[in-house]
Order: sequence, then C-alpha cells, then structure tokens
Amino acid sequence: MTQLILEDQHGETTMVNMGPQHPSTHGVINLRLLLQGEVIAKIDPIVGFLHRSIEKLGEMTPYPGFLPYTDRVDYLSAMFGNQVYCMAVEELLGVEVPRRAEYLRVIACELNRIISHLIAVGTMAMDLGAFTPFLHAIRERETVNDFMERICGARINYSYMRIGGVPRDLEPGLDKDILKFLDRFEKFIPEFNRLITGNEIFVRRLIDLAVIPAADAISCGLSGPNLRSSGVDYDLRRDRPYSAYPEFEFRVVTGEGYRGQTGDCYARYWVRIDEMLESAKIVRQALLGLPEGDVKAKVPRKITPPKGEVYSAVESSRGEMGCYLVSDGGEQPLRVRFRTGSFTAMTVLPKIVPGLMVADLTAFFGSLDVVAPEIDR
Amino acid sequence: MKELFFELSQSWQLEPLEMTGAIALWLVVVSAIVLSFVATFAGVTSWVERRVAGRMMSRIGPNRVGPQGFLQWMADGLKCFLKEDVIPNEVDKPLFRFAPYLVFTGTFAAFAALPFGYGIVAADLNIGIFYVTAITALVVIGILMAGWSSNNKWSLLGGVRSAAQIVSYEIPSGLAILSVVVLAGTLNLQAIIAGQGGFPWDWYIFNNPFTLMAFFIFFASILAEGNRTPFDLPEAESELVAGYLTEYSGMRFVFFFFGEWANLWVMSALITTLFLGGWQIPGVADLAGVVAGVQGAAKTLWILLSVVVFFAKTLVLVFVVIWIRWTLPRLRVDQLMVMCWKYFVPFGFLCMMGSALFVLIAQSPLGETVHLVVRLALTGLGGLVLLLFVRRTILNVRELQDPFYFKVLE
Repeated sequence: MTQLILEDQHGETTMVNMGPQHPSTHGVINLRLLLQGEVIAKIDPIVGFLHRSIEKLGEMTPYPGFLPYTDRVDYLSAMFGNQVYCMAVEELLGVEVPRRAEYLRVIACELNRIISHLIAVGTMAMDLGAFTPFLHAIRERETVNDFMERICGARINYSYMRIGGVPRDLEPGLDKDILKFLDRFEKFIPEFNRLITGNEIFVRRLIDLAVIPAADAISCGLSGPNLRSSGVDYDLRRDRPYSAYPEFEFRVVTGEGYRGQTGDCYARYWVRIDEMLESAKIVRQALLGLPEGDVKAKVPRKITPPKGEVYSAVESSRGEMGCYLVSDGGEQPLRVRFRTGSFTAMTVLPKIVPGLMVADLTAFFGSLDVVAPEIDR
Repeated sequence: MKELFFELSQSWQLEPLEMTGAIALWLVVVSAIVLSFVATFAGVTSWVERRVAGRMMSRIGPNRVGPQGFLQWMADGLKCFLKEDVIPNEVDKPLFRFAPYLVFTGTFAAFAALPFGYGIVAADLNIGIFYVTAITALVVIGILMAGWSSNNKWSLLGGVRSAAQIVSYEIPSGLAILSVVVLAGTLNLQAIIAGQGGFPWDWYIFNNPFTLMAFFIFFASILAEGNRTPFDLPEAESELVAGYLTEYSGMRFVFFFFGEWANLWVMSALITTLFLGGWQIPGVADLAGVVAGVQGAAKTLWILLSVVVFFAKTLVLVFVVIWIRWTLPRLRVDQLMVMCWKYFVPFGFLCMMGSALFVLIAQSPLGETVHLVVRLALTGLGGLVLLLFVRRTILNVRELQDPFYFKVLE
C-alpha cells in the first residue's frame, strides 16, 4: 500500500482524493490526485472497490447457473456479458446456434449498445455541467428498456441468452414497435446534436483535450470506441466476425477529428454518437431479415463440456469483452476469466492525465466511458 | 415613500428623540417588507426553477406538495430549518458559522437600492448602482470564508475559484454599467430609468450599438458574478463535489441558496433597470408628470401599473437565466478567465468610450435624427433576431412532434 501513497515532491502540491464518493467518477473508483493549483501533477487510479469475485464464483457454479453473474460484469451492457459467455461454452460444447437465435442475439446486443452509449454521452454532458442532455438520453433509454423487458423480462440485468440460443422468440408485434422506435431514434440524434453536440462551449471544452495517439492507445490495450476514436480502424464485429454480424452492412466509425484532433475527447464523444446510428441500422436490418426457425439448439440438460480451453470475444460497448474458459470435463468450469474494456481504459490515465486540470479530468474520464463494476468484476 | 414618512412625522409633531425612534421603527418596517418579498421570491423561484427544469428535461418536477407542487419550497425550507446543524469537527468554527450570513447579507443589502416601480424603492440613493455593485461584493468574502473554513480541499478550490471569478467579472460588468451611466448622467437607479422610455427604441439597450454590446457583456458578467451556469465553477458538482457548499447542510445551506435565488432577482432587476427601460410604461412619455397630475386611486393605479411592467420584464429575465442554466454546459477555469480579460474587459472599455462618443453625436446639430435612425435600426434588428428565433423554435417543435413517441408501448 505504501507505494500507492503519493509523495509530495514539490512542496507546493496538494493531495486530493477524487472518489470513491465523487459525483463524476461514475462508480466507486478512487483517483488520487496530486494538484498544483488546479493542474494535476500526478494521478494514481486505485481500483478494486467493486470487486465481487465473479471469476471465482464461476469456478463454483455449474455452467448454466453462472449466466446471471455475467450480467453483473458490466451492468450497463449485460447482453455482451451473456453473449461472450454463451459463445465460449458453445464453442467448448461444439453446439451450433440456430440462425434465428443469432439474429435475436444481434438485435438484443445492438439495442444494448444503443442504450449504453446513450448513458455514455449523457453522463459526459453531465460531467461538463449540462444536465438536460442526460435526461433526454435517459428518456430514450427508458423506451429501449421497455423493449428489453418485453424481449427477456428484465430491464437491466437481462440474463437473456442461454447456452445454445435464446429462451424464447420475440413476442408478436414487438418487431414493429422496435422499428417505430428506430424511426424516432434517428430523429432524436439530430435533436440531441442540436442540444449539446454542436454547443460551442461543449466543443471548446473537449477538442484537443487529452489526445490519445494511436500508438499509445494500442500499447495501453484500449479497445472499442476509445481505440477507434484514436484513428485505429478495428472492430471485432467486422475483423473477427462472430454471430450473425457478417450478414449485416454497417460502417466502422473511427474518430477522424470532427473538430480538433483524432483521439481527443470530442472524437471519443462523436464516435459513440455515430455508433448509435450504426447500431440502429444493424437492428433494422436484422428485424427486416429475421429468418424462420428454432431459437434454441438442442443442449443436454446437464452441461459437461469436454476438456479444453477457449477464448471468445465480442465487441461490447466498452471495447473487447473476452471470456477465457477452461474446462476439466466437470459440471463447473475450472477457470473463468473476463477481459473487459474498462479495465484497460484505466491504464491510460497516468499517461495522459498529468498536466490536465481537474475540470479536464472529469471530461476525459467521462469520455473514456468507464463503468466501475467492469473494472473490478 | 420617504416623503410620505416625513409628511406623517411632521403632522404628528414628534420630539427629536421620538423622531429617532420613529426612524428606527420605519427602517425595521421597510426591511421586514423587503425581506418578506425576498424570501417569497426566493422560495417561489426555487419551485419555478425546478418545474421549468423538469419541463426542459422532459420530466415532471416536484408536484406533490400543494397544487402543482407549489408548496414544495415551504416544505423544503421547513425541513432544512429543522435539520440538525452539523458542524464538522475540524472546521474553523466561527468562520464556518458566519460565512452563510455574509453571503446572504451581500445579496439582501442590494435590495435596499433596487427599484420595484415608480417611486417604490427602499432607499433612493443617488449613488444607487455604485452601492449595489459594492455591496454585492460581500458575497465573495462569504464564499471565500466558507471555502477556507470548511477545511476541505474541494471547498477551498471552490472558494478560490469563486474569488478569482467574481473579482475578475466585476470589471467588465462595471464597464458595461458605465456605458449606461454616461448616457443617463447619473448613478441613481430611478433616474436611469427616468432617462429611458416605454418603447424598445427608447431603452438604453437599443440606444446605440455600443450599449447593445454592453448589454451582452453585462448579462454574461452578472451571470458569472452570481455563479450561475455556464459560470457555476465554484460549485461545479461534477468537478468539486459541491465546491464551497460541500460541508454545509440544513439551515446554513439554505442561507446560501436563499442568497443565490435572491441574487437571481438582483441581476434581473439590474438588467431591467439599466437596459430594458425599467418601469417605463409604453405610450406614457412622462410618468412622473402623469403621477404628479393625478390624486388618490388614480395615482396608486399608475404606480401599480409601473410595478407590473417592471415585474414582467424582470420575471422574463429570471426565466431566461433559468433557461440558460439548464441548457448550457460549464466553462473551464482558464476559458472563463480568457473570456473575461481578453474579450469582455477590452470590449467593455470600447462600449464605454463608444457610448460617450454617441452622447456627443446626439448633441450635434444633425444628431437627433441620426440617433433616432440608429435606435430604430437596432430595435428592428433585435426584433428580427427574436422573430427568427421563434420561427426556428416552432419548426423544431413541429419536426419532432411524433405521435408514436409516447405511444410505442401501448
């Protein structure tokens, strides 16, 4: 613990604890700051406040029973936790998921990406002092939450997917309602842009701020929107295709410096705005081209995969979410391990933050879209 | 009102000692009237602000206590007064206790010189505007005290930010005031209003291009002085937890917010007085003459009408300030300072000089006509901007009206 205590080397600095109960750390994270006036000289992110030993619990739980825990890895995008775990087990078992189930999974995941990004852009505006955009984003999110409730019965912790598919089909009429919402949503984004994205104060606060060069982004292991906004054109949905994604057309959004530079906070914000529209496109395609058939493959009631290990990865809303699974042939996994985007995003802080102001730190931290439970698991 | 008082005291033929007592009593009565007005205004505005914010955020806002939640502010005030007065162990106790009252006093004392209508003013000072700017500077001392005495690093940062911000923005706001003062030739707030007219082209805002600029500088600076968004850095929630307010709770917390909402009136009333014609009724060229010419109920009615006009203008501005607060994000500290020192201060000087120049132009032989043309042109420009704004709002609303939106789930 001693090396975590920041040393006061300059004699004119103040050590400040930002968190674990600070409004803009988005959860229980402690950032120890060494301040010179309002400028940050050094930052020490301390994580682990939300460690719930999900990975250890996985070793004590039968394969199907672990599924609800995967919701809790990242509570804002629970579908991806579900999917990455199911994909790992299915690969171990060698189960082929029906096409209709894959489509339903894609629909659920992309809706989940939309609402996760809504929270991200909303809270980012709130970190900069604008409250209204957050509630407008939440309003749209509530509508999608209602769809989620109709898809799987839960609003946040979905536990929607099963090993081998999904438990039930879409209820009749839901696809039409989702399409109606998408029509509305494609009008909502321009409205949101008028409200906050194009706001001059907002833009001036974010452009050229905390630029993460592509090389740094790669070396810190960033992924997802954070990596793409640094100009790296990499998306698991396209570059390592899984599920039904190869069948859809979508654009991989990269941050080409809409205003300011590639890799600044505004690029990270804008990539999320654009990705929501791309997700809406994917959902639309999937709903219109939904194939007929079963929604669940035949899977034995007692799941005992053969010996072996597997790593599966999905493009979650916070970057690559991976699940590494080792089976010893028993009813429970020998080892479960999650790779999450938020944890790697934390590693970029000590590199970028020194020299920024406190107000910039909240903007930067918001733009990374870190979710505290996903860091610690 | 002062005249009324002296008439009364002369008719009663008071002794000198009794006279002193009567004056003291008079002061207490006037303060009580103003205080009750301020308290009601601050309370009701807190409710209005929350309802307006609710509408803007497409939620409802407080609607449980009383009709439409109107009594919410009483419930909240009562709750806060009944709460335990928490004073953390390590704080500088005398300063910590004293700070809220200083903030409150600074705002409340400004009401002494603010006009509410024709002849309705607690103290008709001949240095009115100077007094208001001077006395509101007390607020910064209170905030700095609160920030320092809380013994909390976030509070200290908030207090220091506030000191830097308020002291800096006093300069552009002072310069903007001066550009009006050179037109009016007086510091007396009633006389400044008397120098304007009822119609927009008679107001000081459209008097010349420089006062139009001064209006915007003054509006922004006074927002910054009042710590309102987009300049609410001292209490920036997402950065400094709650800034200098972090350690306060209960009654003392209420005093800070009381001051903040009362300040909303002070800033709006000042803008109305300086730039928007104050209590001048459209179509009445010489209100003082009209009031002097009539007696009894007619006189009261005329004064009441002037109060209504003044309140209408001020409340519209209060709404605009609330509206700005819930729309804009916050500036960064250095951006705030750059805006003040690099833009507002030089342009403030320009406004003052330009205004003075315009006084000279208006006095030249052809000046009267030139001035009238400029005033009408500026008013037309202002009206055009307003029209375009209304048009755009209507178009936006029409575009977004979507019958499916709330019915998707039925």
